[in-house]
Amino acid sequence: MLKFLLQGLALSSLTERAPPPADDAMAELASRLESASRRKLGRSLSIREVDAGSCNACELEIHALNNAFYDLERFGLRFVASPRHADVLLVTGPMTKNMREAVERTYAATPDPKWVVAVGDCACSGGLYAESYACEGGVDKVIPVDLHIRGCPPEPVALLEGLIALVEA
Amino acid sequence: MALETTELKESMFRGDPVAHARGWPRHVVDRATWLEIVVGLAEGQGDLLGLWSDGEAVHMAVMERAARGFAIVTLECPDKSYPSVGRLHPPALRLERAIRDIYGVEAEESPDARRWLDHGRWGVRRPGAAAPSTDAPNMADSYEFLPVEGAGLHQIPVGPVHAGIIEPGHFRFTANGELVVRLEERLGYTHKGVETLMAGATLARGARLAGRVSGDSTVAYAIAFAGAVESALEMKVPRRAVYLRALMAELERLANHFGDIGAICNDAAFALMNAHCGVVRERFLRANRQCFGHRLLMDRVTIGGVTADVTPGAQNQLRKLVEETKALVPRLIELFGDTTSLQDRTVGTGHASSELVSKFGCGGVVGRASGRAFDARRTPGYAPYEELSFTLGASTEGDVDARVWVRFDEVRSSLSLVEQILDILPGGEWKNEAVPAPGAMREGVALVEGFRGDILAWVRIGADGMLERCQLRDPSWFQWPLLEAAIERNIVADFPLLNKSFNCSYSGTDL
Repeated sequence: MLKFLLQGLALSSLTERAPPPADDAMAELASRLESASRRKLGRSLSIREVDAGSCNACELEIHALNNAFYDLERFGLRFVASPRHADVLLVTGPMTKNMREAVERTYAATPDPKWVVAVGDCACSGGLYAESYACEGGVDKVIPVDLHIRGCPPEPVALLEGLIALVEA
Repeated sequence: MALETTELKESMFRGDPVAHARGWPRHVVDRATWLEIVVGLAEGQGDLLGLWSDGEAVHMAVMERAARGFAIVTLECPDKSYPSVGRLHPPALRLERAIRDIYGVEAEESPDARRWLDHGRWGVRRPGAAAPSTDAPNMADSYEFLPVEGAGLHQIPVGPVHAGIIEPGHFRFTANGELVVRLEERLGYTHKGVETLMAGATLARGARLAGRVSGDSTVAYAIAFAGAVESALEMKVPRRAVYLRALMAELERLANHFGDIGAICNDAAFALMNAHCGVVRERFLRANRQCFGHRLLMDRVTIGGVTADVTPGAQNQLRKLVEETKALVPRLIELFGDTTSLQDRTVGTGHASSELVSKFGCGGVVGRASGRAFDARRTPGYAPYEELSFTLGASTEGDVDARVWVRFDEVRSSLSLVEQILDILPGGEWKNEAVPAPGAMREGVALVEGFRGDILAWVRIGADGMLERCQLRDPSWFQWPLLEAAIERNIVADFPLLNKSFNCSYSGTDL
């Protein structure tokens, strides 16, 4: 273990430069946010990830935000274990009917002011499952969405662009 | 009911052969033969590989153990019921519950009559049946968990929204103090209606859906689906495409195994391993993007071939990455094996018995860590693996530690496989453009080894070239129930560690 720890001291960091916030994300947020909530939240956000029926691909890329290359926490963004600790709900999946109540209750448990980010094509519009009897077809059918990050799944850089827009907006 | 014992391999090839079935033989059998096969499975003569319905009949995919013979047997269900498989062979229980929820076909004398995928919220009952019931209430049904009786027991409900970045499912622990005496899973939260969406879809849409049944296994699912369609239509796949598919499958396996090794250690509060494994995983995902244009390789395998070729420059980069990773793996192994605080958490934790693993025909790392040496790349085997050399991960310890070691074994195998494939990658075409018209109804089947275990794909294609029915059976169907057994007599706090070492798919089983 010592070798690994020493290596960490000797080598330069793997962490890469941050991408600028995505323009369309900024535009979407500007129309959704009030400056008052921005001041209350400050420059640090706690994120609760909620899987509303995804195939797990979006989760894999959200996980990647924690690795040494993206290092999400340097932006004051961190994943938390409970909606009661969260400012942001990061929701993936086509919102299955079997998850609807759990998502509504998670939203209700998140204190105001709060934002909802729909991650991935399924969460944005239902994706391939939009016509299914088992899906609502998009997160905004159940809770209000403040920011959409598209992709199947969105790459970590796209996720970062959107999330950085949240703290910059 | 008196049940006679017969040789499984005799009964599973009896009955009327179905002429349009390709890949494996399919026979339509009578109830007596159906029961004989169920008895053969219960006696351990064979493994259940899949059980599904199309609303009119039930189909069972079976592997005979001694001769390693594969077949599908079908029982017509004119009165929408069939003799339960799960009554004698428990691995079938959840599959039967799923069949009843989607198609309304009942397993007679089933010991578990509770719904599985249907939580009473779809606004429809039997959505896959010819006549779905639309007067179903769109509200939660009550669900009875299995009773647990005894002094000093308490229940801990967990989920469906969990504390981490993880798929949704509900776990009901019954504990005595910290000790778990029973765990019961309730899944189905990610049910998206994939089978119903597949019915009537084009083959291209079917391939996209198959690639999204479980996002971490998108390559394996796409190969399984394409393989089943290709066997149905008797299509040839160019040699280069066969090797590129295997290359993608091994890259997928590597990324997932590194992710899992890191995450298991992280759940034992050893973040250093997670940090290093996370870096390796990310490098492989970037290599995927460089070689094939997508980090997770979605939609890169198509019917008749692949949709992206790899340039010589990208191949060289990949080779370099494999060399660097090969040098790193012994150091990661040292870090895992020599960290006593980690060993203290993993050794002896969450033991999955070899008897249960064998009974459930449990595939992948979970099976191989408990002595079940099964890998679809070997049996039945498929191209190009017969031309490549690799060893399977193996252990008989069956605990969390064993599952990590088996992953390390398989990481080394996959690194070697990537090198071998790059060495002998044939030139030429990588996509067979023309998908032939079926002309008449066709069926095909494929069994493919994903990082989690064997995936069964079965398709029926109509004369018009559209999908009539597609069955995709995730390895997790036979692993989830073992998780319930493996947690018994462990402490609640070890559950995340155990759960991660299994890493069953929610989306893959909820469909």
